This record gives sequence, structure tokens and C-alpha cells, in this order.
Amino acid sequence: MARRPEHSAPPEIFYNDNEAKKYSTNTRIIEIQVEMAERALELLAFPDDDESRFILDIGCGSGLSGSVLEDSEHMWIGIDISKSMLDIAVEREVAGDVILGDMGEGMPFRPGTFDGAISISALQWLCNADKSYHNPHKRLLKFFTTLFSCLTRTARAVFQFYPENSDQIEMVTSQAMKAGFYGGLVVDYPNSAKAKKYYLVLMTGGAAELPKALGASAEEERRVNYIKKRDACRDARGKAPKKSRDWILAKKERRRRQGLETRPDTKYTARKRTGKF
Amino acid sequence: MKLSTYNFLTSMAIKGVKVGFPLKLTISKKELVETEFNPTFVERLLPKLDWSAVYGAAQVAELAEDIPAVQPESIADNEELLQKLHHLLFEIDVLEGQLECPETGRIFPITDGIPNMLLNEDEV
Repeated sequence: MARRPEHSAPPEIFYNDNEAKKYSTNTRIIEIQVEMAERALELLAFPDDDESRFILDIGCGSGLSGSVLEDSEHMWIGIDISKSMLDIAVEREVAGDVILGDMGEGMPFRPGTFDGAISISALQWLCNADKSYHNPHKRLLKFFTTLFSCLTRTARAVFQFYPENSDQIEMVTSQAMKAGFYGGLVVDYPNSAKAKKYYLVLMTGGAAELPKALGASAEEERRVNYIKKRDACRDARGKAPKKSRDWILAKKERRRRQGLETRPDTKYTARKRTGKF
Repeated sequence: MKLSTYNFLTSMAIKGVKVGFPLKLTISKKELVETEFNPTFVERLLPKLDWSAVYGAAQVAELAEDIPAVQPESIADNEELLQKLHHLLFEIDVLEGQLECPETGRIFPITDGIPNMLLNEDEV
């Protein structure tokens, strides 16, 4: 399995000038980033009214995802921990402003600023403790609570991320719920190893139905519906419950077949004794 | 950094800071960038803006005579003011300068147009 970049170095060190350059020259990286940003924007589910909105891009890097937002006429502010990546963004003259900051230290914005937030391949970095005083749970909670406050009350935040295992998914979602968000995970193409993508869709304004995942219909067909017939089959196959009248009658019948002495069946058979005994 | 962004930045992330707004802005190098004027967008942004910080930014950017000190009742039909707001908020790019936390005095430097909001271990 490929080495995960989170394991090699902290983000501000990993995304050095060399790595940052890849994000402006490598067409494959650009293509994937743009594709995921487009999907994230779709999951934000803005009403179809062509209005431009104010969006926060968390882990904006060189501004590839920001360019997608610009194409849809939205305004954006980006925040990232890597100066090298931000320098590329400034060089590319992206329309949004970029800020050097650490997600785990909280979002430095006034309450109710943004109409939505997106984040492409950044959240998994928060699950690691890169410094001795880092505590992933606390940093996640701080991040989500400050994010919650800087969003409007009908906003969504969509995070595309690469969870390492199910524990990380659990850790991230539980901290998001603790911060007051509603929502959950949307997994696109769950049956493909390469195209599978995790999107954490969080909402501030109460619970709403999660968007449909792409390429997930195959799984639904495979699921067997719960049918009453299955219960009926089980009843027909199994024995009567122990100590019930049917079970006692069957037992007596078996004894009679074996030629043993058996009391006749009456209306008192299998009745409970009264409390006198 | 555009001055529209300045209007939303706080130093709330520092431990113990309650509001952290408005930050004290100092500009040592700025640049004018021309952007397309979109009146509906400026209008939509208005309810989110903090007017005292808008006025404060105008003073630092030496445009105080363009912006009234108190928010006028109806800005939406005042095309001229919208245009001036647009110029102030979206066309002035602060390249070098600093932001100062009003409560702790902590200084966040702005270099190459990027404000550095990173904190130290003891401030988290």
C-alpha cells in the first residue's frame, strides 16, 4: 500500500516548494483535485438561483478548488498551513484571499461569515499529532466548533478526506456532532478501490436528508429486504417453544409411541399450578 | 489580503480572547487591483459587514472621506457609495503590514499579501 503523506511529515513541512510545484504543474493531480472540488460544490447543494455566495475553503493549498468556486461565480477565502502552497496560489492570482493558519487552532473568522465551506483532502491531517502538545480529539473539536460559529445557520460544510481506518471516521464524525453539526458520510463509488471517495457532509441548520452517493446503487440491490415470509418459514421448521402446551403434548406423544406410561391429555395438561404450592 | 477579508478576521483563536475584533490594521505596502464591479454582490455582503471595521479600514487606507462614519440607512440604491465600497473592499490588496489583536496586542504579520494567523504552543 502506498505510504500516506500524513505519516511522513507535518503538513507545513510536507507541502514544501517542491511538493507545492506539483499542484500547479502535474495535470493528473490538478484533474483529480478539480473533480473532487466540483463534487464538493455539488454536495453543498446551494439553491439553484445563480447567486454568488461566500465560501470558506479549508486547506485551499494552491487554490485549485478555489478556481472551481470562481467558475461558479462564488467568492471565497482560503486557509492553509503551508506557506509554499499559498505562495503558488498568490502567484496564480486566484480571486480569493488566502490566509496562513492551522485548522486545529480554530477558524479566525467572525460568527456567521460564510454561506458554506469546502475542504479537499485536508481533514485527515488533523487526525495526527504532529507536535508533542497536539491532541487530535481536542484539535478536531476546536476546529469544528469554531467552524460551526463562522457559518450561517443554513450552511453546509463538505469535506473530502482520506480516512485511514474506520476509527478515524468515527473520531471525526463524533467530534463534528459534538460541535453541533448534523449530517454524515457520503461514500461515492463504494465498490471501487480507486474511485471510492469519502465526503463528510455537515449541516448547521438541523437534520436534513443526505445527498445520494454516486455509483452506490449496486449495493442497494444486493441488500435483501426483510420479509415476513422468512419469519413464517422459521416457525414451520422449528419446534414449539419449551414449556408451552404444544411442546408438552408433543413430548407425551413421543412417550406413548415408546410404550411408556403416560397420563391422558386433558384440559388441565400444561396448566400452571396455582399459588397454593 | 483584500480589505473585505480584513472585515471578517478575528483573533478569537487565541486562548482567553473573547471577541478579538476588530483587529488593528497597519499597512506598509499596498497595491491596487482592478476587479469587476458587481453591485448585487456588494449588496449581499452588506448585512455581514461590520461598519465600524469598514470605516476603520477606510481610515487606514486613506479613503476615509469616501465612507461615512455611520452606516447610512439605504445603501442599496446608492450606486456611488456601492462603487466606493467595492473599491475599498475588493480593489485594495494589502501586501505588507500587520494585524494586532485588540485584547492581547499579539501581532499577526502580513507578508506577500498573506496574513499569518498561526499561533504558538502557549496561545492555543
